[in-house]
Amino acid sequence: MTRDRDAKGARYAGARVSRVEDVRLLTGGGTFVDDVALPGLLHACFVRSPVARAAIRGVDVSAALGLPGVRFVFTAADLNPGVREQWHTSVGPKSPETPRPPLAEGEVRFVGDPVALVIAESRYVAEDACELIEVDYEALPAVIDYTTAEHSPALVHESHGSNLIGEVAGLTAAALGGDFAAAAHVAGETIYQQAYAPVPMEARGIVVDYSPAGDLTIYAATQAPHEVRLFCARLLGIDEERVRVVVRDTGGGFGQKVMVQRDEMCLMLAAPKVGAPIKWIEDRRENLLAAGKSRHEHGAVKMAFDAQGRIQAAYIDFVADCGAYPTPWPVFPAVAVGALFPGPYRVPRAGFRVRTVYTNTVGRMPYRGPWQFESLAREVLLDIAARQMEIDPVELRRRNLLRRDELPYANANGMTYDNVSPSETFEQALRMLDYEAFRAEQAAARRAGRFLGVGVSNYVEPSTPGHGYYKREAARMRIEPSGRVSVFVTGGSSGNSIETTVVQLAADAIGARIEDVDTIQGDTALAGFGAGAAGSRSASMTAGAVGEAAGLLRARVVAVAAHHLGVASDDVELADSRAFARAVPSRSVSLRDIAAIAAAGELPDGVESELEASAEYKAKTHSIWVNATHVCTCEVDIVTGSVRLLRYIVSEDCGPMINPNVVEGQIAGGTVQGIGGVLFEHLAYDDAGNPLATTFMDYLLPTAAEVPPIEFGHIETPSPGPGGYKGVGEGGAIGAPPAVVNAVADALSPFGVKITRLPLTPAAIVALLEGSETGRR
Amino acid sequence: MTDVAVRLTVNGEIRTATVEPRLTLADFLREYCRLTGTHLGCEHGVCGACTVLVDGAAVRSCLVFAVQVDGSEITTIEGIAPPGGGLSAVQAAFRDCHALQCGFCTPGFVVSVTAFLRDHPDPSDEEIRAALSGNLCRCTGYQSIVEAVRRAAAVARGEE
Ligand code: FES
Ligand code: FES
Repeated sequence: MTRDRDAKGARYAGARVSRVEDVRLLTGGGTFVDDVALPGLLHACFVRSPVARAAIRGVDVSAALGLPGVRFVFTAADLNPGVREQWHTSVGPKSPETPRPPLAEGEVRFVGDPVALVIAESRYVAEDACELIEVDYEALPAVIDYTTAEHSPALVHESHGSNLIGEVAGLTAAALGGDFAAAAHVAGETIYQQAYAPVPMEARGIVVDYSPAGDLTIYAATQAPHEVRLFCARLLGIDEERVRVVVRDTGGGFGQKVMVQRDEMCLMLAAPKVGAPIKWIEDRRENLLAAGKSRHEHGAVKMAFDAQGRIQAAYIDFVADCGAYPTPWPVFPAVAVGALFPGPYRVPRAGFRVRTVYTNTVGRMPYRGPWQFESLAREVLLDIAARQMEIDPVELRRRNLLRRDELPYANANGMTYDNVSPSETFEQALRMLDYEAFRAEQAAARRAGRFLGVGVSNYVEPSTPGHGYYKREAARMRIEPSGRVSVFVTGGSSGNSIETTVVQLAADAIGARIEDVDTIQGDTALAGFGAGAAGSRSASMTAGAVGEAAGLLRARVVAVAAHHLGVASDDVELADSRAFARAVPSRSVSLRDIAAIAAAGELPDGVESELEASAEYKAKTHSIWVNATHVCTCEVDIVTGSVRLLRYIVSEDCGPMINPNVVEGQIAGGTVQGIGGVLFEHLAYDDAGNPLATTFMDYLLPTAAEVPPIEFGHIETPSPGPGGYKGVGEGGAIGAPPAVVNAVADALSPFGVKITRLPLTPAAIVALLEGSETGRR
Repeated sequence: MTDVAVRLTVNGEIRTATVEPRLTLADFLREYCRLTGTHLGCEHGVCGACTVLVDGAAVRSCLVFAVQVDGSEITTIEGIAPPGGGLSAVQAAFRDCHALQCGFCTPGFVVSVTAFLRDHPDPSDEEIRAALSGNLCRCTGYQSIVEAVRRAAAVARGEE
């Protein structure tokens, strides 16, 4: 809506264009997976384990089968033998994955583990039937505490022989011993992050429709339609052309919907046996029990400084709880924690060790910024170090942040950052706050007995992975007989505004008015291969794909127009859904007329009448680096322990923005997830492995009443990728947690409180104050 | 359990059905009326995604049985836009302020805000945030929604 387009051919990229998704979503016209209705549709419900670990001695389904309306009850013996191959395209067949039986076989390994699948005429009946299924469990010792899992005599997966999934090390602590011994100051802490999860408002869900001819149509809540298709084809051992995945609207994903999990596999395996379409819609309790956890990790971190506060060395010893069935293999994301720990600072020497362990809890899954612990640990440690050295935390960062003239910069673990601006976002964010003024306000407040604090964090992250499966993105474009432009891409629309992004990019690339462009997404039968919404890749990759396809289509359109206008192709210009003769702008022809001329077919040799083109873009860089600074202020009530956030500033560098509304929306959403992770959310278990947060009464999400307005600053350093764009989907969730922790710690600094454990609930803060050196006054 | 006959007016149309007493209003709307804009985010009364108007009051349709509202007038998200088409002031403000991303929570917010602004035409920011605190959104971080409510209120007061 708000956009100046006076000049002919003005660009839509960069403008705050209204979203094309909005009207259907605002009027109840969206199609989420639960909205899919098919004739004869049956409903699925799972029987799930009530205990953390037990042997399954027997499953009695007879009463359930006797219930009117129940069509099938499947157990492991029915479905598991149907598995042909089980691997994700994104990780490849060679990844040493955890064995994942679709239904629990012989043993249940966490509360929520699926044991049986009921198919019935309604969800109500399916749930009734689940109640009637008797499972004979024989309790086994469970591994719950991940910090001791490595040495527990009980094993989560006997076949693996150990609860240690994998261990990877860079430079060792011993190798860095000299650096730390020689340092003027060493700061070290062990920092713990609790389990929390993506928690999209739409839980998971899938509809599988198997036709007697052997074709499957799948409707799914997913960020990656082609992954679902390829996974399903391999799972059932059929050609991928037999599987069509259709995704219209997905109600948020944030990483939870990038992989195919065991529950979804069960529906794929059951469908050919049922002979009718089947639907599984996860309810919230199941989502919090079984859709996976993220975070839940700790790191023993240390940094060595010289007398001026310059970082000399950094080391992290990281351990992640991966639950019973992590998806995917969790070792790579853990390595990213180690490798990125030095962050956007000048750190001459660095090392790490990362370990991932099994426990009898729900499996670890991807979540927005899966490696964000590196930023949490580093930034919290920097503030602790600053207090110890009596240097202002902002000043300490300023002395160590990378400057533009030092780029490209290979960090000590071999990650080479480029096209980033850590110093610029840092200074911009501090200016927006007026750091000095805040410090004065804080001092005045303290004299009045109020405790304000400010926290800062910096990060640099790799977006747009350019390897393997993630390297590819296809687009197909066509001028329709009406003159409208259709763009077919895989998409992965899950709140990321990818439809609007594609329409903006395509309108610019083909010279059409934005209202003349449509995009068709999420249907694997219509769109070529694309890896979907993951790794903050969509902006850059779709810009590449649309750019390539538009280039080819443009040439065809220009050839027809040149023929019609009687000018050379080089003299044709496309803008505003018309082709103009450059020398004589009064001579022009509309896309609609061009389509009609092409359809009539009276064209000279070499001028194609088919106004359609497809292309695949292949990423040319290993990753595209993005950076940001978060600054947050808060007030802590030292009696109740409650934290009120006052101002929240994010300055980020995602390169040129395709749509500032979308960029700011992504940052705000990610940031609030990070705030929730620090202050509210906790996917907690008791010592016996019983989940304690299975409703929104116990799993507390931030609401409008708790979150502050977020102020945005932008720095634009173009990436080497298409359009100079970078990814922006994940950063908010990376930068926010350390900024909030540091703000609370700063507010409590008069009490000598050190924060090393999350979440910072009121009770946790009161306990910290009670245990502090100075105590509460 | 014996099935019960219900008669509701939904978005101005009379709907009758014979339903199980345990059928929630949400499922009645979604399954029997095929009005799938009413979404279920928790089914235990916390997220607000299922909010509809029952005789004008914002109600969580996952917490009410269809039989409990027999005889009532229901307005769902599908009935919020003006009869001639287009968007209501609240819907338009949500679009203009980028107050939705995935759109799953959106129907619940739009319905709740419609009722809130009818009763509080000139709310303060604090009142807006308090009013919205019964609806969960995981995508937006809320500030664009607060902004949309402010704008819709201003438009309704003729200030914008
Ligand atoms: S679904 Fe009704 S309040 Fe969440
Ligand atoms: S827009 Fe996705 S949950 Fe609100």
